[in-house]
Order: sequence, then structure tokens, then C-alpha cells
Amino acid sequence: MTLTITWFLFLAAGLFSIGLAGVLIRRNALVMFMSIELMLNAANLTFVAVSKELGLIEGQVTALFVMVVAATEVTIGLAIIVAVFRTRSSANVDELAELKG
Amino acid sequence: MVDFLWLVIAFPLAGAVVNLIFGRRIGQPASGWLAFGLVAVSWAIAVPPTIGFITGGAQTETIFLFAWIPLVGADAALLWDPLSALMTMIVTGVGALIHLYSIGYMNRDERYPRYFAFLNLFIASMMILVLAANYAMMFIGWELVGLSSYLLISFWFTKPAAAAAGKKAFIVNRIGDWGYLVALMVIFATFGTFDFNTIFSTAPGVLTAGTATAITLLLFVGAAGKSAQLPLYIWLPDAMEGPTPVSALIHAATMVTAGVFMIARSAVLFELAPVSGVVVAVVGAMTALVAALIALSQTDIKKVLAYSTISQLGYMVLGIGVGAYAAGVFHLTTHAFFKALLFLGAGSVIHAMAGEQDMRKMGGLRKKMPITFLTMGVAWLAISGVFPFSGFWSKDEILAETFARGGGYYVLWAVGLFVALLTAFYMTRLFVMTFLGAPRWDDGVHPHESPRTMTIPLIVLGFFTVSAGIVNTPVRLAFKHFLEPSFEGVVHAKSLDLGLLAILGTIALIVAVIGIVWSWRKYSGAELPAEDGRWWERSRAAFGVDEFFGRSLVAPGARASRWVADTMDLKVIDGAAHGIGGGVRRVSEGLAKLQTGQVRSYAGGVAVAGTILIFVFLYVGGAF
Repeated sequence: MTLTITWFLFLAAGLFSIGLAGVLIRRNALVMFMSIELMLNAANLTFVAVSKELGLIEGQVTALFVMVVAATEVTIGLAIIVAVFRTRSSANVDELAELKG
Repeated sequence: MVDFLWLVIAFPLAGAVVNLIFGRRIGQPASGWLAFGLVAVSWAIAVPPTIGFITGGAQTETIFLFAWIPLVGADAALLWDPLSALMTMIVTGVGALIHLYSIGYMNRDERYPRYFAFLNLFIASMMILVLAANYAMMFIGWELVGLSSYLLISFWFTKPAAAAAGKKAFIVNRIGDWGYLVALMVIFATFGTFDFNTIFSTAPGVLTAGTATAITLLLFVGAAGKSAQLPLYIWLPDAMEGPTPVSALIHAATMVTAGVFMIARSAVLFELAPVSGVVVAVVGAMTALVAALIALSQTDIKKVLAYSTISQLGYMVLGIGVGAYAAGVFHLTTHAFFKALLFLGAGSVIHAMAGEQDMRKMGGLRKKMPITFLTMGVAWLAISGVFPFSGFWSKDEILAETFARGGGYYVLWAVGLFVALLTAFYMTRLFVMTFLGAPRWDDGVHPHESPRTMTIPLIVLGFFTVSAGIVNTPVRLAFKHFLEPSFEGVVHAKSLDLGLLAILGTIALIVAVIGIVWSWRKYSGAELPAEDGRWWERSRAAFGVDEFFGRSLVAPGARASRWVADTMDLKVIDGAAHGIGGGVRRVSEGLAKLQTGQVRSYAGGVAVAGTILIFVFLYVGGAF
């Protein structure tokens, strides 16, 4: 039983679905954040797998870019979450509904 | 060489600007003296070149000032010929006297400097109109004259009647302006230029009879507005709401002469359109008749004079219509003197009577105001056409030239003669009711002679009223020769036989004397005669012309405006605006509900939409 691209893609799809479910279901901002990381990495896994399969370097490059963006996003996102937590001593996103129309 | 001629316009214009801006700082009598001085200087500047025309040394000149709209041949240029010289003399000369008079007359008015600023503006506008060397520049002056008259007629704008009169003058004049403007378009379409010299030199070759008739009739509509001809004369009696010197200015020197002047200026075009000549002559005669009939019964001293102005303008227009341009302009000149005198005299009387304008409450003023009495007496004889005062010569020449045309013109001559009878009658009525007989003053009225600034203009005008006629007697047609260069190439009415002239003159004189004697006997009794009966009633009501226009034009216009305001504006336009605004707001209110503020609901939306998109792409890509 060889390790074909299908395995990787299924794994990526699974990770993405878990991440998506986490974003939609969990209320804690921190957990949602981790779920988003999960989705990003699922996408990365897809990029790398397809890149390897097709013999193209672009996919791997894109994966590196995504990692960089994810890292910056984590710093900013965490800073926001910490700031919110300080003012409200809670990270429940359902309570952050000031922008309701 | 008259390169400095632009100063004639510039001085009064500068006076208007200075008095508008610094008037209050200059103070009460000073701003009036300043305005008077500038107009007098304008007059003085124009005197030497005018004398040049009289002695025969000067040539007609076009003075180029600066390029304005070169594309259409409309430069800022001045045309200096005997006609414009004469008009300049009248406008600035009589204008200056009226300024002088106003210094005394307006002395207790709060907006004294403003008044003189407007008066100066009036003179400047009129000079632009008179000196213009093309129709476009003339139009600027034409419109400015309309504006100035509006400002001055409604000078006491807190009085509703004055405000309404100003609006009426302006709107009725707009109807005339419409004709003038369309005439300009036709002229430009035909000639490709507005320049007088080019148009008048090429007109006989270029113009067809039809186009000439169209242009001249449209020009005449414009002239009828400014010069108060049937049926556009209705603004003029109402214009009496302005200060009395303004009435004098409008009726004698400026405004109403503009139309007559414009036709005289366009004499070449009118000569090419015989049909228009007939129309002009008939309208002139009818105007003279109708206005004289109305003047018979008016009791307001200024109203009598207003209708007499319209009537005399009818004479001028009649003269110009029969091709006697010089005669028409001559009557314009003499009329400028005696009508200015009559109005200023009336102003003096009103001043003395503490604002009373009803002649039934005057009488016996002869002893109290000797200068006003004497000068008004001269003007009364002049306008009635008594030999040898100026009005006799000018009126008679128009009638004689009309008579000389023969045929149907005999009727117009008879009408003119009848109007002369009426004129003598109503002017005598005015004179007798005001100055003679027993005093009928209200209690507390103490008439007195006016101050010197007011009587000096009366005396100067009185001098010209007596003497202006001799410049153009049938024996010595100096005035006509003076104007000849301006009417070059225009066919003159044939020179009249002296014997015929003597007969016609005698007839006119007899008619005038009949009118005077008849009126004198009727009104000089101890009691005023009752003026009742159907005809007096109708005359007093001005034949209901105003009411007719009110019913037929103004009321429907007001109804239409009401409809536009209430239905069109409030319902349709505002409805559309409010509908669009409200609709957008309702839609956005609905859309705003989507923004719950719940981050997870947005994420859900993104997930659902992303899933749908994936399936769409797969479908488009042919996966299933």
C-alpha cells in the first residue's frame, strides 16, 4: 500500500473540516484562532502535496508564504484577543457584538 | 477725434460704484452732489464734439475700445454721430438737472446715497445704449436700462405698490426684450455680424423684404416695451410709484426714449420694410389716442403726466413710422425738456403739498409757488402745442409729414390732430386744477415754494421748453440738417410746401386753442365740475386694459404657477426625491439586519458560500 496523493488530500480535507467546525461551533476566541490555524495548515498540506505530485515548485513556495502570513496573523490576532480579554475578562466572541446593524 | 468719449459712460458708472460702496461714509448731501457732478462732467465732455457736428466740422466716427466678442463682430466700440450726440446731450443734460433736483427732493430719505447710485447707473446704462456701435452692445445697455428702472421704480420697496410696479415694469419690458433678442438672432443669421456700419451699408443689397419686415417688426416689439406703446404701455402708469424725479428721468431723458432711439438708429432697416412702417405708424397713432383718452379723467397729477407721456411717445413713434425720423427725434428732444419740466414741477407741487397727489385737493397754488407756477405754465403751453413754444414745432412737423404721405395717412393725421385737442384739454385741466381757482387743500397743509436746488432745474428746463423749437422751424430746418449724417441713405419724406405747412400749423394751433379754452371754461369755476357718465367712468378705469391683462394673462399665469408649486413641485418632484430616499433607507434597514455582530454567523456565511462556490466551479469545470 503506497502513499498516494489521495491520502494527503483526504487528510487535508479532514483537517480543514475539523478547523471549520471549530470556528463555527466554539465560542472561545482562542480556540477559534487555533481552528483557523488548522484550516490554514490543511491548505498548506494540499499545496505541498499537489506540488510534489505535479513536480512544480510554486505550491511549496505558496505554502511558505502562507506560513509567514499565518505567523503575522497570529501575533496581531493574539494581541487583539489579549486586549479584549483585559477589558472584559472573557474571550467569548458571542459577547463581542457591538457592530450589530 | 473723440477718443475720450468712453469717459461719458465711465463717469456716471464710477459714481454708481462709489456711491454704492462708500455712499454712507460720504454722507447726505455730498453723495448727491458727487452724483450730480459726475453726470454734469459727462455732459461737459460731450459738448465740444457735439458743437463740432453743429458747425459741420466733425465727422461720424467709430471709436474702438477693446475686442469683446470679435467672432460675431461685437466689439466694445462707440458710434459717435449726430444722433448719438443729440441723445448724449439729452440724457446727460436733462439727467444732470434731475440729479440736481433730487438733491433737494430726496433730502429726508434714509437711502439717499443708494438712490443716487441707481440714478448714476441709469445714466451710464443709457449712455451705453446710445453710444453702442453694434446691436450686441446696445443690448447690454438695453438690459441695464431695464434693471435700473426696476431698481428705481421700486426704490421705496417697503410699499407693496412700489415693489409690484417695479416687477411689472421689469416683466413687461422682458416681453419687449424678447422681441429685440429674436431680432438680434435674425440679424446675425442674415448679416453674420452685429456691427451697425456693416449692417447698414450692406442691408439694401442683402436684405429681402420678408426678412427686413421680420427684423423690424421684432425690433418694434422691443421698442414698444421700452417706449410704452400699445399694448405694452401698461407698466408706465404704475411706474409712478417711484420717486417723482425718477418718473421725470424715465419719462423724459432715459428709458422711454430708448425705443424711439433704437428705431431711429435702425432707420435703414425700417426703410426696407414698408409694411413695418405702416404697423409702427398705426400703433403709434393708436397709442397716442388711447393714452390721451385715459389722461382726460385721471385725478392723480402724476397719472395724468404718465398717460400724457405715453400719448406723446405715440406721436414720436407715429413720426418714425411715416419715415420722418428727424421729426420723431425732434419731438423726442422737445418732449424731453417739457416733460422733465412737468414732472419736476409736479414733484415740486407734491413736495409742497406734503405728499398729496390728488389734483382735487390742490388748486390756488399760483401765489404760493410762483416759480413752479410759471415754469409749469410754459411746459403746459408747450405740450398743448401753442405757438411758438417747442411742442408746437415738433408735434406739428410730425403731423405735417404724416399728412404729406397722403392716402390712408390722412386718417392717422386726423387721429393725431384729435389727440392734440385732447392733449390741450387734459393739460389745461391739470394746470387749472393745480394752480388756479380756490384752494381745496386738506387741513394742515401749508404749501411753500421749493428750495433752490429744485427750482433751478425748473428754470433751465423752462428756458429750453420755450426756445428748443426754433432750431427746427419749417423756415430753418437746422435740426434736420444736423441729424442728416445719421440718416444717410434713408429716403426722407419729401420736403413740404411752406404754404401747406402754414395751413396745417394753423389748423393744429386752432385745435389746441379750442382744447385749452374749452377745458379752461369747464374747470376754472368755483366748483370742480362733476365728471360722471359712462365715458368718464371708462376713462378713469383706463378702459380696463390692466384688468383685461390681469384676467387673461396674469391670473392664468398665477394659476399655472400655483399648480407647478403645489402639484408639480410638492407632489411630483418632492415625491420622487422623498420616494428614492425613503426606498433606499428601507432597503438598507433590511440589509442592516444581516449584520448581527456575531462573528460565528459571518463565518458560517463564508463557509456556506464557499461550499456553494466549490460546487459551482466543479459544475462549470464539468465534474458532473
